[in-house]
Amino acid sequence: MGRFVAAIDTWMRNAALGVQEYFVLGQRAVRFVAARPFYGADVLVQMDRIGVGSIPIILLTGLFTGMVLALQSSVELGRFGAEIYLGSLVGASMVRELGPVLSALMVAGRASSGIAAELGSMRVTEQIDAMETMGTDPIKKLVTPRLLAGITMLPLLTIVADAIGIIGGLVIAVFRIDLPADIYLRGVWQSFAASGYVLGVFPRDFVSGLLKPVVFGAIIALTGAYYGLTATGGTEGVGMATTRAVVTASILILGTDYFLTQLLLVVLPPPGL
Amino acid sequence: MSAVRGPLPEIRRELEEPVRPSPQADASKPVVIELDDVWLSFDRPVLRGVNLVVREGETVVVLGESGSGKSTILKLIMRLLVPDRGRVCVFGRDIVGLDFEAALEVRKHIGMVFQYAALFDSLTVYENVAYPLRENTDLPEEAIYPVVRERLEFVNLDPDRVMSQLPGELSGGMRKRVGIARAIAANPDIILYDEPTAGLDPLAVDAIVDLTRKLQRELGVTSIVVTHDIRAGFRVADRVDLLRDGRIVFEGTPEQMVAADDPYIRAFLG
Repeated sequence: MGRFVAAIDTWMRNAALGVQEYFVLGQRAVRFVAARPFYGADVLVQMDRIGVGSIPIILLTGLFTGMVLALQSSVELGRFGAEIYLGSLVGASMVRELGPVLSALMVAGRASSGIAAELGSMRVTEQIDAMETMGTDPIKKLVTPRLLAGITMLPLLTIVADAIGIIGGLVIAVFRIDLPADIYLRGVWQSFAASGYVLGVFPRDFVSGLLKPVVFGAIIALTGAYYGLTATGGTEGVGMATTRAVVTASILILGTDYFLTQLLLVVLPPPGL
Repeated sequence: MSAVRGPLPEIRRELEEPVRPSPQADASKPVVIELDDVWLSFDRPVLRGVNLVVREGETVVVLGESGSGKSTILKLIMRLLVPDRGRVCVFGRDIVGLDFEAALEVRKHIGMVFQYAALFDSLTVYENVAYPLRENTDLPEEAIYPVVRERLEFVNLDPDRVMSQLPGELSGGMRKRVGIARAIAANPDIILYDEPTAGLDPLAVDAIVDLTRKLQRELGVTSIVVTHDIRAGFRVADRVDLLRDGRIVFEGTPEQMVAADDPYIRAFLG
């Protein structure tokens, strides 16, 4: 019994230490955004890897999600003769939740694992030690560029996913349930308008749907970097770091999504709430 | 416990040959590196009261079995690790209490050769050697280029052939030499070698040993070489320290070590 309690105690201490290290890593990575030297070229490379490299998977995810959403919804809406609301349903679902969350999960699987594997390999082959011995802060050189790339590229990828998802729904609406395209697209726009505007110009759903990916991008970059930088034990350790990065990033994205939604309902309340 | 064994008669013969550099150790020269009663534990004690003094221009070889704490000493000097107790001084300054940025400044005076070179595998050989110059100086690229060429020539590599290659395209010995070129690129005052001959064939070992001696002779840098390769260590050492279970159990010249009667040293030397 005593051994069991001691094991729980050790696990909790390590977990608390890990959380602390994670936030310290994030704090230092953010602090270095404005510190010289600037690694602009590294930021561009990471934007290419995290952003441009993720476009194919985002296009496929967005397209099929929009199509499936339209297909499933059309069955239920059809029972009430309400197919004309298909555009509203697909538009709101994609922009509020599915676009940001699915994009983040897909990029987490691709980029978080890639970051963990790359930095983990550098850690176990002493490349990060070498970097430190030559007077470079590895967080400034390796983590900050990935953080900047994550928080800038995720919103852009989300816009792509939203757009292609709505187009996927349009394809189903026009070719499967014979809903005129203009009615579907009017429905999409009405769903944006119904959610209200921020600063009188930007649809609320659109703004909230783009604020979330900024946080998700940070989670993807920091989680991959954290597990990569703390990898130990050779190639096996790198493999474990990669798996943990994807699992942890995915859970954090889903959990954070709930709290962000709650927060945005307070900060940017929709009309009538 | 199994000691790393070396062929003692051959070592004796090599020591009689006048091929070793003349000892540059001189008590009048300033102390560059000092470890004072350093203790460090991870899951188990690694260093237990280590004292080490290295003077300007001196080459100290730290010998010991695998896991005896040799590489840990280098990481303490680079302040990649912090001791549980004791002082680690570089140029008279205790680096234990330094913050991260101040530690980076100290590291700029030190070049380190890693066991497996630790070259950045996404960068070319040129970019690897240029790295410390790009990071720590304001030199324009036109000024960095000739320095990189000169350093690669110093380590007996053909710049025109290797500069555009990636580390993965090089042999182990060549990678090690690029690692040395990178370590000396910014003219450090101190060079730390972590198992510089590990994993190399005998000819490559000879090349690395010759290179280390050339660095001593021509640049006069202060060096610490951590190795379990006794023969290679003796060929470059002004002084030898033998580490056993986290303690230094012998300190002296290679000749004194070969002549020692201690059973562990005899077993270690084979």
